[in-house]
Amino acid sequence: MIEIEAVTKLYDDVAVVDNVSMVIEPRTVTVVVGTSGSGKTTLLRMINRLVEPSSGAIRLDGEDNRSIPGHELRRRIGYAIQGHGLFPHRTVAENIATVPGLLGWEKSRIAAKVEELLTLFQLDPKMFGSRYPHELSGGQQQRVGVARALAAEPNVLLMDEPFGALDPIIRAKAQDDLLAIQKHFGTTIVLVTHDMDEAFYLADKIAVMDKGRVLQYGPPAELVRAPAAPFVETLIGDAERPFRLLSAAKIGAAVEPGEADGEPIGEDGTQQEALADLLWSGRKALPVVSASGAPMGRVTLDALLKCAARPQ
Amino acid sequence: MGRARLLSIARQGSGLRIRFDKLGIVIALLVAYGALGASFAVLKPNRIVQGEAKMILAALPAWAGWGLIVVLFLAAAASLFRTSSWLKLVAAFAALVTLALAIGSAASFLAPAGNTYARVSPASGFWLLLFAFMLLAADAITRLRPPPWMRVLFLVLTAGGVGAILLSGSWNGLSIMKEYAGRADVFWSEAGQHVRLALGSLIVAAAAGLPLGILCHRVAALRAGVLNTLNLIQTIPSIALFGILIGPLAWIAATVPGAAEIGIRGIGTAPAFVALFLYSLLPAVANTVVGLAGVPREANEAARGIGMTDRQRLFQIEFPMALPVILTGIRIVLVQNIGLATIAALIGGGGFGVFVFQGIGQTAMDLVLLGAVPTVALAFAAAVILDALIEMNSRVLIGARSA
Amino acid sequence: MRAWLPTILRGLLLLVLIAFLVTPGSFEPLLRPLVQPNAPAIYNQGSLLALTLLHLRTVFIATLVATVIAVLLAILVTRSFGAEFLQLSRSLVNIGQTFPPVAVLALAVPAVGFGEKPTLIALFLYGLLPIFENTLTGLTNLPRSVMEAARGAGMTDFQRLLQIELPLSLPVIVAGIRLSMVISLSTATIGSTVAAKTLGEVIIAGLQSNNLAFILQGGLIVGALAVLIYDGLSAAEAMLTRRAGST
Repeated sequence: MIEIEAVTKLYDDVAVVDNVSMVIEPRTVTVVVGTSGSGKTTLLRMINRLVEPSSGAIRLDGEDNRSIPGHELRRRIGYAIQGHGLFPHRTVAENIATVPGLLGWEKSRIAAKVEELLTLFQLDPKMFGSRYPHELSGGQQQRVGVARALAAEPNVLLMDEPFGALDPIIRAKAQDDLLAIQKHFGTTIVLVTHDMDEAFYLADKIAVMDKGRVLQYGPPAELVRAPAAPFVETLIGDAERPFRLLSAAKIGAAVEPGEADGEPIGEDGTQQEALADLLWSGRKALPVVSASGAPMGRVTLDALLKCAARPQ
Repeated sequence: MGRARLLSIARQGSGLRIRFDKLGIVIALLVAYGALGASFAVLKPNRIVQGEAKMILAALPAWAGWGLIVVLFLAAAASLFRTSSWLKLVAAFAALVTLALAIGSAASFLAPAGNTYARVSPASGFWLLLFAFMLLAADAITRLRPPPWMRVLFLVLTAGGVGAILLSGSWNGLSIMKEYAGRADVFWSEAGQHVRLALGSLIVAAAAGLPLGILCHRVAALRAGVLNTLNLIQTIPSIALFGILIGPLAWIAATVPGAAEIGIRGIGTAPAFVALFLYSLLPAVANTVVGLAGVPREANEAARGIGMTDRQRLFQIEFPMALPVILTGIRIVLVQNIGLATIAALIGGGGFGVFVFQGIGQTAMDLVLLGAVPTVALAFAAAVILDALIEMNSRVLIGARSA
Repeated sequence: MRAWLPTILRGLLLLVLIAFLVTPGSFEPLLRPLVQPNAPAIYNQGSLLALTLLHLRTVFIATLVATVIAVLLAILVTRSFGAEFLQLSRSLVNIGQTFPPVAVLALAVPAVGFGEKPTLIALFLYGLLPIFENTLTGLTNLPRSVMEAARGAGMTDFQRLLQIELPLSLPVIVAGIRLSMVISLSTATIGSTVAAKTLGEVIIAGLQSNNLAFILQGGLIVGALAVLIYDGLSAAEAMLTRRAGST
């Protein structure tokens, strides 16, 4: 759990982050969105003390983050940034081994961890371990960047626009991978982005920041249903509202008993995916299956339309 | 409420606390040692033997000695704190002027009247103090970031100040000026020769280097060959290149009709001029190539798109945009040539090097200084003026880009 | 075939240089036409090999000391406590490079006397500047994202310096050392005018006795040394750049 309590950061008497308080639940994905200059990156960097707050406190699992030296704190928190920041003079394996090396892990343990992570990120350890970052594609570099951030098994992973430099197809894949990995390790992720689609796709909770303040902090659906400020409304976009609701909800939540014909859809997908499938194939209902493939019922166009409608 | 008030007052208090300048501490230490720990001037019975070192108070009349120490310490104190850079600059200039006047009066104070053999030269303490306050001035000017014209103005003021002191005769008692007095005519003719060598070879090198650079830019096949050859020339040590040219030039003078009449000879100006020209080619050509290669593709595309011919593109687009880089090449050449021209003296080519090498030969260090100081001053002035020119040209470009 | 040509040429140059230094007499017929009938064609006032080694020693010592001091100074002014000196040190390097090497050499004589010392001091001071400038360039132009990642990974300031900043700046530093050495090789010859034992002796002897063969052999040995060292360090730099990757 990350508790941010009345944190303010002043640069030359201007509040870049202005009295922000929020609690981030463990094992969730929290996305901080806002325009550039909204203070979202500064807020993120205060969690691992790359920036020191002017006032206020941040506690990780009840412990003030100033109770240990900054560099030791940062070794316990994963950190991935836009443009990956891989060390160009070190191989992929050496890059991933950075934090375990700083922590003084044994060689065999580091090697095992590197192999595990590379495999998890679908990079063949034998092939990629000894390569240098500039020999990888953009998507591969980004995956190594996240793997490096996770190498010391941190409870918390901070990500600053981690997918910003990727093209749309690779970005979608990277987002899926991130969710899978979050589930795998149970990591608490705080991610900063200006991309609302990304926020709605990844977030358990979204914090909207503007001019240093958090305007609203809550589950994605709540932001659409009850925007707390005009800025939040603008950010979500009037024309996008129904689709945002659908993209923030899982198919499983709209399943009803019954049967339908054709290719089934997994319950893990978003309702937006189900709607797209229905519209494209011209059907009224889709069969839904669980992750293991067991039939669960169906999802109908009518049910989805209700889900997408303005909540009463 | 009371506590918050107190805290805020305490905070203001810490804001007002006197903050030391790190460089100022270094300068103050240098000044303290230079003024009190090291000797200010050396008195020698004649120009070659070892002399007797004198501290400030022994080298000057009491009032002048104490006056100098007070001025130096006041200026050092100004450097010590974080105050306005203008104040520091003024303090540095005041200290430098005082030092300049003091060393002159030390000369007339120490040298026995009527003794023409006795020599007074600045000693380590003087040089240290000079260095300390030049450092302070350099730091202040760096922080002020003066526009190019102001830097040139500083240069002109400094040159004017030095010129005024020289004309006033207050340095006439100094050893270096006695060396000058004996050779005033030669000094100015060698100075003219030095400038002719450095500037003349630069002009010829620019005239040849710019077209060659443009050619290398256009014809990629030429580029590597030309640049490698010029690079190779640069690896030949200057004295050797000067010497090697003696042979071919002597041969030309002897065999080509009319060559000897226009001044081509085996030794003297000709080989020095040719050597400096050869050294100058690399920076001139290389910077032209780099400058032209650095012109943004879009600018060239746009120029082509609106129907400019290659010639128009070269003169209206590429050349103006590459100018700062080309000027940087010219700066490198000029500063380098002013330094290298000293070597010309070894092959009878004249220039300030004549005094340097004569002085080394006679172990007369004041004579060495008579050659070295004007060379350094000339190179420094050239660098300041060309830097200002470069900055003015890049500013035009930056302004044009942001507009 | 073409790619090998430069390497073969350099190998040949090295072989010719060594052959000339070890048995200068066998090259006499080549240089004979350049001199008067009675004058010696090969330097006869000392061993060319010994002078070459002394020349190299002077340059190596000066460059080594210059490298250590320049890199330390550059590290110092790029740390937060030395940041105040960063701009000033840039201006000083700029000013320092306007001092002609001969002037530095000549001005060092009054301070330390004749011989090898003023040469070493001049080479050291003059060699300091390119190395300092390049180290500064290297340390201040590191990719921001890499520095951010290094801090984020929990490296201390010292670990960042040793594990990230210096290795990444190494190619640029080596380029500075290369520049400095080539200048020093040439400047060291002038050291012979203040009685330092370098190859300049050969050239100056040639100038004094109007012996073109002396001038040529002295000049060409220094030129060959410069080309070989320049190439060697360029290769090292290219290797380091490849290793450091292209960010």
